[in-house]
Amino acid sequence: MRLGAAKLFLGLAIGLTGAALAQTGPLVPYRVVDDAIPESLTGTPGDPDRGRALALDRSKGNCVTCHNMPVNADFQGDLGPPLDGVASRWTEGELRLRIVDSKRINPDSNMPSFYRVEGLTAVRRDWAGRPMLTAQEVEDILAYLLTLR
Amino acid sequence: MRRAALVGIGAAALVAAVALAQGGPPEPQRQIPNPMSGRHFATPETLAIQDDDFLNPAFLWVEEGEEAWNRVEGTSGQSCASCHQDARETMRGVRARMPAYHPRLQRVVTLEQQVNICRTERMGAPALPIDSRPLNAITTFIALQSRGMPVNVDISGPARPFFDAGERFYNTRRGQLDMRCGSCHEDNYGRYLRADLLSQGMSNGFPTYRLKEQRVISLQFRLQGCVNDVRGEAPPMGGEEFTNLEFYLAWRAQGLPVESPSVRR
Ligand code: HEC
Ligand code: HEC
Ligand code: HEC
Repeated sequence: MRLGAAKLFLGLAIGLTGAALAQTGPLVPYRVVDDAIPESLTGTPGDPDRGRALALDRSKGNCVTCHNMPVNADFQGDLGPPLDGVASRWTEGELRLRIVDSKRINPDSNMPSFYRVEGLTAVRRDWAGRPMLTAQEVEDILAYLLTLR
Repeated sequence: MRRAALVGIGAAALVAAVALAQGGPPEPQRQIPNPMSGRHFATPETLAIQDDDFLNPAFLWVEEGEEAWNRVEGTSGQSCASCHQDARETMRGVRARMPAYHPRLQRVVTLEQQVNICRTERMGAPALPIDSRPLNAITTFIALQSRGMPVNVDISGPARPFFDAGERFYNTRRGQLDMRCGSCHEDNYGRYLRADLLSQGMSNGFPTYRLKEQRVISLQFRLQGCVNDVRGEAPPMGGEEFTNLEFYLAWRAQGLPVESPSVRR
């Protein structure tokens, strides 16, 4: 309980920095509750087909580089666990946080944070200050993950 | 079990105490104590090219390097051979112990840098651009003279701060993907990153013939590629950061045989 409250507080604090950033940077604020982001980042439902394409796109999600996915792709990586069935293992909010900033779940994670711009070192100039995915792209990929039951 | 752990701690403390008593920093411990060469992660097809000196395209670079070794260049009218005579004897083991601390310059230098130091300071010839064909040719020729010899760099004494800086670079998460070198080469070797089987990122095969580039590449060109892949801003080739990193990488590969010129995908 105490831990939950602490996380909620942390989430709010980060949410606030997010809000402050929203004026200058591209991030929308969000709230983390118990290892999950319960609310949509955009309010617009994600499109699973677009999400699937983004998950395969090297310059976007590129999830297939590290994860086996139930798709036809010549090469699939195995740095992370297979994504088939993730929707039965995790809630929507948990999967959203996993895409947004997996380091909040596991600080040693080798999975990139797809919606974060702070606390990074020596980011290539062409990407500096921009998250890997837009808020709507996060929702699209999430919608695709939710089809993987 | 508990007892063994206590003894372990005791031994570690003793090692640290001895190091302190001797005035040096404690011996660094390798994350991968028994490293594996990149050849264990290469396909049989690639290895077939590497293992046949007539098929291995890097031997064109070796030939060019040998010619350059004997060519007079620069204002002082000398070739490498004027001072170093027969490379087969004088350059034996050099690749295995470089990068090395250069006492006069008081910093660690790579083989590439040492060649350019000799060119500019001794021959009155211009420095060759890092990773250029003529420089890669001469370093490939020199590296070949150490083939099979164990990597054995000296990180002690004044070299140590340069080693430490290289280690820090290696372990810093960087780029938009926020990964350290070890995220791939220590935590995940043997796994696939899309089509690439991840190796331990050992440097003992460099310079290497890269099939993708269709040319011999220097280690620091490969390092730029790895930093780029995590969407990191890569430091310049030939600069201090990559020189220190290259020094650290050599220590990670300590004991592995020099395999240049290797062949990679
Ligand atoms: C650089 C490699 C890498 C990339 C790229 C990557 N992941 Fe991951 N992912 C991991 C690793 C490693 C884990 C294991 C947990 C950890 O270490 O945090 C993981 C865990 C997960 C999990 C939890 C799975 C489970 O069953 O526990 C989900 C869901 C996930 N990733 C989704 C994605 C999505 C969606 C993308 C693309 C937007 C993606 N990942 C891109 C490396 C990656
Ligand atoms: C005028 C003499 C001279 C010439 C010409 C010369 N060098 Fe050197 N070289 C030296 C000296 C002296 C050293 C010792 C280190 C230093 O002072 O930089 C050295 C060191 C080296 C080393 C390191 C050897 C070791 O044992 O660690 C290499 C490699 C090297 N030279 C390569 C070359 C190459 C390649 C050329 C031609 C492009 C060349 N040198 C031309 C004098 C020369
Ligand atoms: C996202 C994963 C990733 C990261 C992070 C990464 N590399 Fe690599 N690296 C690769 C891949 C893929 C290859 C080619 C296949 C292989 O040998 O692993 C490679 C190859 C290498 C090689 C050549 C190995 C050989 O045998 O030819 C070296 C050396 C190397 N990396 C060093 C580094 C260093 C140093 C860093 C940190 C600055 C780094 N890598 C970061 C993916 C990565």
